[in-house]
Amino acid sequence: MKKINILILLIIVISLFSVGTVAAQGGTDDISDDEVNAIAKQLFCPVCENTPLDVCETQACKQWRELIRLKLSEGWTEPEIKQYFVDNYGARVLSEPPAEGFSLLVYFVPPAIILVGIVVLFRAFKQWKDDDDEINALEAEASSTSTGEATNPDEDYLARFEEEMRKQD
Amino acid sequence: MTEENTPENTAPNRGMPLWIQITVWTVLVALLVVVFMGLIRAREGNVQAGAETESFDFTMPLFEGYYYKDAQEVSLTDLRGKIVVLNFWATWCVPCQQEAAELEEAWRFYEPDGEVIFIGVDYVDTEPEARDYLKEYDITYPNGPDMGTEISQAFRIQGVPETYFLDRDGVVQHVQLGPFRSTDQIKSIVNSLLAE
Repeated sequence: MKKINILILLIIVISLFSVGTVAAQGGTDDISDDEVNAIAKQLFCPVCENTPLDVCETQACKQWRELIRLKLSEGWTEPEIKQYFVDNYGARVLSEPPAEGFSLLVYFVPPAIILVGIVVLFRAFKQWKDDDDEINALEAEASSTSTGEATNPDEDYLARFEEEMRKQD
Repeated sequence: MTEENTPENTAPNRGMPLWIQITVWTVLVALLVVVFMGLIRAREGNVQAGAETESFDFTMPLFEGYYYKDAQEVSLTDLRGKIVVLNFWATWCVPCQQEAAELEEAWRFYEPDGEVIFIGVDYVDTEPEARDYLKEYDITYPNGPDMGTEISQAFRIQGVPETYFLDRDGVVQHVQLGPFRSTDQIKSIVNSLLAE
């Protein structure tokens, strides 16, 4: 009986050493919502227009977010995941258009329009200021050359006009 | 009137340089053209009956298990000579689920003769979801993803489901927006094309 007990104990001990360790695998549960949404907010909902994927509640958006989670759990990087979506669903799923082809206009046209607008406004303000300065100079000249005249600007211009006409005669 | 007092010599030129004016107007006109083209396209709507698909032929990969004659991809030009029923669907589309059984029934009716081909185009789904959907509704006709949404853009679909019936020459003869009411409705359309 004693030998049997020792044998059983020995088998148990040997069995313990034969059991391999099983590492816990990182499944999709290890991927946080923040990690998923960090990529999802760079994509647009495929059904709703101009709705970021991280805030969209449609079934299609939920599927896409789960797909992002799956890809992250498989070790895909953010650029790889975004490229995957572009390859499968088109470049329009990106919230930021790629800087290539016709999409380049999106990056150049608005700044160009703003720049042109600034130039136009600057020149307009400058012209208004020049006009004001010229009017002030004419008024000062009219008041310094005339004696005992009325301070009405219309009369000043009329007097100046008459003077010019006399010079031409 | 002395020369120095002529009207032409009294007012200084304060306008913008000509090259700036030309540039600004050119950019504005170009932007208007782009916006106009976008509006035209938005108002076009989906492809209508009579449209020839030669101008927007496509090659579509097929899901494994849903090949066409063992081919992993299919193009419209390959299908010339047959009546093509092109159905756009999505797993999140409830009306698509409503017509799934009718489409499969119609496919099984026409498949033995080889004159009609049904093609399912999956719109913006993930593959696992798409495959679950096909399995759930026991769909057997060729199906594949619309890579890059190129096919749906070519047909300018407005939603799902949409079904396009093409004759033997690849010309769109009938467009069904929304789900079919019955299998007989599908057969009626296909039979009219077979009779031509």
